[in-house]
Amino acid sequence: MSIEVMVRQMTAGFGQTCLIFFLTLIFSLPLGMIVYFGRVCRFKPLSWLVKIYISIMRGTPLMLQLLIWYFGPFYLWGMNIGGYKFTAIILGCSLNYAAYFAEIYRSGIESIPTGQYEAAQLLGYTRVQTFFKIVLPQVVKIVLPSVTNEVITLVKDTSLVYSVSYIEMFAVAKQIAAAQTTVVPFFIAGIFYYVFNYVVAWVMELFEKKLNYYR
Amino acid sequence: MKLLEMNHIKKEFDGLGVLKDISLSVEEGEIVSIIGPSGSGKSTMLRCATMLEEIDGGEILYMGKKAAWVENGKVMHPDKKEMKEIRSCFGLVFQNFNLFPHYSVLKNIADAPIHVQKRDKGEVYKEAKELLKKMGLEDKADAYPYQLSGGQCQRVAIARALALNPKILFFDEPTSALDPELTGEVLKVIKSLADLDITMVIVTHEMEFAKNISDRVIFMDKGVVALEGTPDEVFGADHTRMKEFLGKFHQN
Repeated sequence: MSIEVMVRQMTAGFGQTCLIFFLTLIFSLPLGMIVYFGRVCRFKPLSWLVKIYISIMRGTPLMLQLLIWYFGPFYLWGMNIGGYKFTAIILGCSLNYAAYFAEIYRSGIESIPTGQYEAAQLLGYTRVQTFFKIVLPQVVKIVLPSVTNEVITLVKDTSLVYSVSYIEMFAVAKQIAAAQTTVVPFFIAGIFYYVFNYVVAWVMELFEKKLNYYR
Repeated sequence: MKLLEMNHIKKEFDGLGVLKDISLSVEEGEIVSIIGPSGSGKSTMLRCATMLEEIDGGEILYMGKKAAWVENGKVMHPDKKEMKEIRSCFGLVFQNFNLFPHYSVLKNIADAPIHVQKRDKGEVYKEAKELLKKMGLEDKADAYPYQLSGGQCQRVAIARALALNPKILFFDEPTSALDPELTGEVLKVIKSLADLDITMVIVTHEMEFAKNISDRVIFMDKGVVALEGTPDEVFGADHTRMKEFLGKFHQN
């Protein structure tokens, strides 16, 4: 098999890689904020529950979580899981990444000095105004480098969906490698990931530069 | 008319009495300085007055209306609407400015009048620019706080507080974070406000300044008002603690 054919087949799989990546990001970034609010909620049972959730999401492998999300409903309730695979993947990845984002948001929000809240209160801003106008814009700037890290990890973590036999770029690479007994597809996969992440890093740097107008 | 009345205020932190039954009132147009050693409760007093801290005892009234009082060991406030009204009648200038770093100087000043008081944008910006001019910072409107010196930051913070037209303006050690040169420029601005008949309560370590600007000086020590009167009365008083405090001051 020529390299050209390999690349063409893997490019088809790369569409799925991108789909998983963008959908996970779209769901987990806002979900992380909701998780954060649960984490710092004054209603203790909720904040404990969220803390346990974060602890499990961070403390167990994403691959294992994907297996449970996909096969769990079948083994537990005998649910028909045909056609449910993609949902399980997005669910598993989003919930996992939301936990990480929630903690990143928390570190950012907690680093805003109390004086900012006090000044806002004295100027008469409501709590909602204070959060959205004063706190959040500053948090975005603070957490951007950590978020970049997570996003880059996510690009690479999309390869974990091969554990539930979902066909994306990396799964294609493995299939070709096994069938043709060659290591070339792995090198090509490496280039795919590297270039993708290079673009991600470049875009995030643009965001950072955009927020560099203040310190 | 009494703008502010604080009656029998008590405040504790972890069982430690910081304010022990303090009473104070401020008349309209009056300039009151609060002096005293560190840890005497001056800043806590101001933080209680501006309701950044809840009181543990006593009551606070603005223009005769109760803003905070203690009932059965619990702090009470009037309803939201009245509270908003009360809050709008005072402003506070912080020791470390607390400007919003992501807003330009002009936006720092104009944002609250526009989004809190819902005033007309054009009118607010015009006023904000006039305020900046008064502060000697008309060329800094588009700068960001990180580009300013401490003295300039504090002058912006003063303009920000003034933009909401408060009836009474509190200053919490406004020059403590500044070197002597910058201190001078900020004190000059505060003095210029005094000429405008703005009611001010100033917590300060600048003795000469307090002496010159104040209608009344309050000397606090260990959570109580140890001395109160005109600047001459307080600074000339035959009072052991006051003399010790000033003595230490002169040595420094």
